[in-house]
Amino acid sequence: MTQAPTPTNETKAAGSILSVNNIEVIYDHVILVLKGVSLNVEKGGIVALLGANGAGKTTTLKAISNLLHAERGEVTKGTILFEGNEVQSLSPNELVRRGCIQVMEGRRCFGHLTIEDNLLAGSYTRRDGNAAIKRDLELVYEYFPRLRERRSSQAGYTSGGEQQMTAIGRALMSKPKMILLDEPSMGLAPQLQEEIFEIVRKLNEQEGVSFLLAEQNTNIALRYATYGYILESGRIVLDGVAADLRENEDVKEFYLGVGGEGRRSFRDVKHYKRRKRWLA
Amino acid sequence: MDVLHKILVAPFIDMVAAPDFFMQVLWEGLVSGVLYALIALGFVLIYKSSRIFNFAQGIMVVFAALTLVGLHEKGVPALLAVPLTLVVMFVLAVAIERVVLRPLVNQPDVILFMATIGITLFLIGFGEMIFGGENKVMITEQLMIPTGAFTFEPFGGFLLIEQKDLTAVVGAGILVLVLLVFLNRSKMGRAIRALGDDHQAALSVGISLSTIWVLVWFIAGIIALATGIVWGARAGVSFALEVIAFKALPVLMLGGLESVTGAIVGGLAIGVLEKLFEIYWGQPLMGGNTETWFAFVFALIILLFRPQGLFGEKIIERV
Repeated sequence: MTQAPTPTNETKAAGSILSVNNIEVIYDHVILVLKGVSLNVEKGGIVALLGANGAGKTTTLKAISNLLHAERGEVTKGTILFEGNEVQSLSPNELVRRGCIQVMEGRRCFGHLTIEDNLLAGSYTRRDGNAAIKRDLELVYEYFPRLRERRSSQAGYTSGGEQQMTAIGRALMSKPKMILLDEPSMGLAPQLQEEIFEIVRKLNEQEGVSFLLAEQNTNIALRYATYGYILESGRIVLDGVAADLRENEDVKEFYLGVGGEGRRSFRDVKHYKRRKRWLA
Repeated sequence: MDVLHKILVAPFIDMVAAPDFFMQVLWEGLVSGVLYALIALGFVLIYKSSRIFNFAQGIMVVFAALTLVGLHEKGVPALLAVPLTLVVMFVLAVAIERVVLRPLVNQPDVILFMATIGITLFLIGFGEMIFGGENKVMITEQLMIPTGAFTFEPFGGFLLIEQKDLTAVVGAGILVLVLLVFLNRSKMGRAIRALGDDHQAALSVGISLSTIWVLVWFIAGIIALATGIVWGARAGVSFALEVIAFKALPVLMLGGLESVTGAIVGGLAIGVLEKLFEIYWGQPLMGGNTETWFAFVFALIILLFRPQGLFGEKIIERV
């Protein structure tokens, strides 16, 4: 029916932790949301999934973490490989156990639980004993000193930034190899957004956690990510190294709010074609 | 004036005039309150973790009591019959999760509610098939529950406390304490509370729905057995016991559907208040038998002022 606009990642790099191959997602048996999405995350990479509202970013992440089922969505085509193994049929529980966890859009803390209980709830799938969990709790508090101060307050009463930190910390408590981070900047002040992304980078460098992050804030996401995909109406329309994407005229015009005027050359021809594909 | 006097003054004069009798009434109220609290607790746990209003809680009480007595009739020693009954309740929990809840995941709440009515009907039929429909006597002595009574003479009067009631109150208290510690301190308890707060988020951190559901229904089963033993010891074991579950409804309205504290306090409050009302207001003024409706009217009045119940979870809203 639909054709994948980008070549699928048949050549899976040896260092790939996650590869999504041409998946199609249908909600309620009728609503086609993803029309063949393929993407690849290198081990230790930070990959940004960009796009406007309703482009399918969240659906993509939920398809990977297998939370779609709870919303009557299902992956009807394509494969998802985590560390080389197909994971479409696994329960979220099993996937978290294997090291792939999602931080959902809008933080979604357990409002009536304390911050500390929220964090500890993240260690549900672990079997390596209380001592190890305690150690990781300390680690989370080192990354987020503010959470230590507020450890005994109910999460529902903390600020948006603290909740986002709690949500990320909670995911960290499961000892993940990969975090699917959905809209971490949503509803936060620019300074706080910066702070959250700094921590993402730190976790990536120091803990070796790979990230796939869905963002509307193209500007900040492309500064921290190594690679980016741009999603539009359920299709990947453009992908590339983050630095290149930032310079790309179309991205500038459509997502970074920079006008595309200026010098024109023969490049425009190619450029026009590319844009046409994008808008198709 | 005379009516007002009868309503507002006379009952209190009676209370003060015969303090020993007043204490007796309080005690009787407390004992039934403990039972209401236990049943309400079963509802609350299941509602908290799955947003299911478990209509089958009452029949589970009957089923647990019947199983216990039935096993004993088949020659199983009483003290062995208790753990065996718990095994049966566990199997029931697993079966309900597999057969009823899992296929209905993500369906609207009302469908799950209907499903629990289905469970109720099934358990009635199944129970009658296995254990027969006639009334049975709870094996109180065989379970080593003392049956004597203590008598006290406070204020020069007379107070009688039956030992089995005392055992029931103490036993229920311990059960509730263990449950509270479990909910607040253990990993599984935390997962139950997390699930109650945000289903999707709980799934996303890897909390397994089916494990928690089996666990919660099993705990409800344990509570059902405790309630069954206590109530059975007072009134015998029969399918009519099922209706005591409806006594838990006003408790839930009063306490709030998701509050453990609410279930306990609400249960005790309703137990005590309905007894006091019956003795001091109902019998002299309305010809008695007020216990059947008092709790509902009382809960209704509370609901007018606090729609979420006295202890309902505060809806956290940040501005």
